Amino acid sequence: MAKKLTSPVYVVEDNIDTDQIIPAQYLTLVPTIPEEYEKLGSYAMVGLPDDLYPIEFIKKGATKTGYKIIIAGKNFGCGSSREHAPISLGAAGVEAIVAESYARIFFRNSVATGELYPYEARERLIERVKTGDIAIIDFDNDTIEINGQVHQLKPMGDVRPVIEAGGLFNYARQSGMIPGP
Amino acid sequence: MTLTEKILAKASGRNRVAAGDNVWVNADILLTHDVCGPGSIGVFKREFGQNAKVWDPMKIVIIPDHYIFTADRLSNRNVDVLREFAKEQGLSYFYDVIDDPEGHWAFNVARGQLRRQHGSRYQGVCHAALPQRGHTRPGEVLFGTDSHTCMAGAFGEFATGIGNTDAGFILGTGKLLIKVPETMRFYLEAELPKGVMAKDVILNVIGDIGFDGATYRAMQWEGPGASALDMDDRMTIANMAIEAGGKNGIFPADKKTFAYVDERTRANGTKSAYEPAELDRDQIFAFDKVYDLSKLEPTVAMHPNPGNRALAKTLEYVRLDRAYIGSCTGGKTSDFVAFAEVVNGKRVQIETYGVPATSEVVSDLKQARLGETSVWDVLIDAGVMMTENASCAACLGGPQDTFGRLNAPLTCISATNRNFPGRMGSKESKVYLASPYTVAASALTGHVTDPREFLS
Ligand code: SF4
Repeated sequence: MAKKLTSPVYVVEDNIDTDQIIPAQYLTLVPTIPEEYEKLGSYAMVGLPDDLYPIEFIKKGATKTGYKIIIAGKNFGCGSSREHAPISLGAAGVEAIVAESYARIFFRNSVATGELYPYEARERLIERVKTGDIAIIDFDNDTIEINGQVHQLKPMGDVRPVIEAGGLFNYARQSGMIPGP
Repeated sequence: MTLTEKILAKASGRNRVAAGDNVWVNADILLTHDVCGPGSIGVFKREFGQNAKVWDPMKIVIIPDHYIFTADRLSNRNVDVLREFAKEQGLSYFYDVIDDPEGHWAFNVARGQLRRQHGSRYQGVCHAALPQRGHTRPGEVLFGTDSHTCMAGAFGEFATGIGNTDAGFILGTGKLLIKVPETMRFYLEAELPKGVMAKDVILNVIGDIGFDGATYRAMQWEGPGASALDMDDRMTIANMAIEAGGKNGIFPADKKTFAYVDERTRANGTKSAYEPAELDRDQIFAFDKVYDLSKLEPTVAMHPNPGNRALAKTLEYVRLDRAYIGSCTGGKTSDFVAFAEVVNGKRVQIETYGVPATSEVVSDLKQARLGETSVWDVLIDAGVMMTENASCAACLGGPQDTFGRLNAPLTCISATNRNFPGRMGSKESKVYLASPYTVAASALTGHVTDPREFLS
């Protein structure tokens, strides 16, 4: 299946921690309750300092973001292990992140939930693109095209089968670890 | 094999594993709390069915601790969700906020934050309570829905933080697929000099390797300096493996470990058998470095991340609005005793909040004495606002009415473990991380202060 994703990108710096992705006061929301899942999405990225990020990730009054792709620097998702972080991004409508590197638990949670594709870039994309630029991710060829330039992404390796299966549970069912539904 | 590899080999039923292998491991304990428990339970029910039973009711430990003493309605509800689940599944180790198994938890604002509002089973911060209640054992595998689960590595076990989906999976199966991490070794020589604490060790190491310097890796602590540390100090260090991005931190188990674990499992009637992993000679490390503890000085991690290191003595110009002592890493009995040594007979100059990690710490502090006075009263007399309600409190900000939360753009020195923007409340606030000694000395002066001048 040829899969491509086209969207404007939202660009963030190095070391975006989970308190910035979803501040702690919203962790009272339980992601498996549908209304609370939607709410979590509406707060995605509100912890970013306003002076560094003058463009809002989610427009005032909206519950979803217009940016389905986030381009990030190093160590994205560091800090707390809250699964609320990838979930809030997924609930806000983000489908893929392209970062230079990830904090371990954020990466793991993205894979296990199947909420989003955590791609690693081979170069420092955040210096070449700005928020609002249009990108096309080609999942079959592991590339991202921005401003007419195609950049190769790192293949997801070991975890690809888990993501392709749609998360940990589906993967475990397919591989016979747990019985089917 | 390294300690982490040995434990993971055993837990996956293999003779050997190597860094990079993906293996299904059996969990010995699954830990969860009020922030991630309800979501993990939600995943478990969605995937295994509304009437599904957990894999082993004796291996699940639920410790509400994060958002407890708040009027926030959803926070109070989340504690009730845990109670319902514990009842329905017949879980032995649910440390409820209230004593009535049919009741509902509601924080009483009128009674205030300082006086005890919880029942007799309630513990406080999960990572500090887990060993106290006899749930940490050498050689075991512990998964917890909280990044500081790595603190239990102090007891010679593999302990790591996971998300709700992983936890939901373990609730149903007792297993998890994980990648064996590479190991970094930190070999500690000599002993800590006066005025320098375990917190200074880990802040130094994170300053050296960077706060993503151990990403996907195990941090193994060895050497005579590690053996000389007591269990509280080992916990402080293992706790902050995650601040370097680490998957886990681990100390070899020794006589001190066995003494602690044996006493606690006996006192609490928890499982007392365990098989420690012993150090091999053929360990392969991705990084190996010797630290001479006697050379360390009081250290601070400056805003905005735990790797932003400076010596306390070079930061005297930083004026502070607030001091905070508490959390899993900095709210243990030994942390408060160290703090009290510095402030004994003096008055703090800035507002200073003290939040014991567990209710056992509260009672320890009321019993332990400095001279004629209890440690608790030394702290109160020095002007520290001490709460009897052990919890995470302002360590992670939390709802607006959380005790000690930075609700304005304040500058705070804190004995906690994270200082990312907004971690303790307002995203305009600035947090400096330091040892209990350094936080205490700074509370006395109102600016960042090297504590050695108060400890002669
Ligand atoms: S005390 Fe702080 S670091 Fe420890 S578990 Fe609670 S919120 Fe996390």
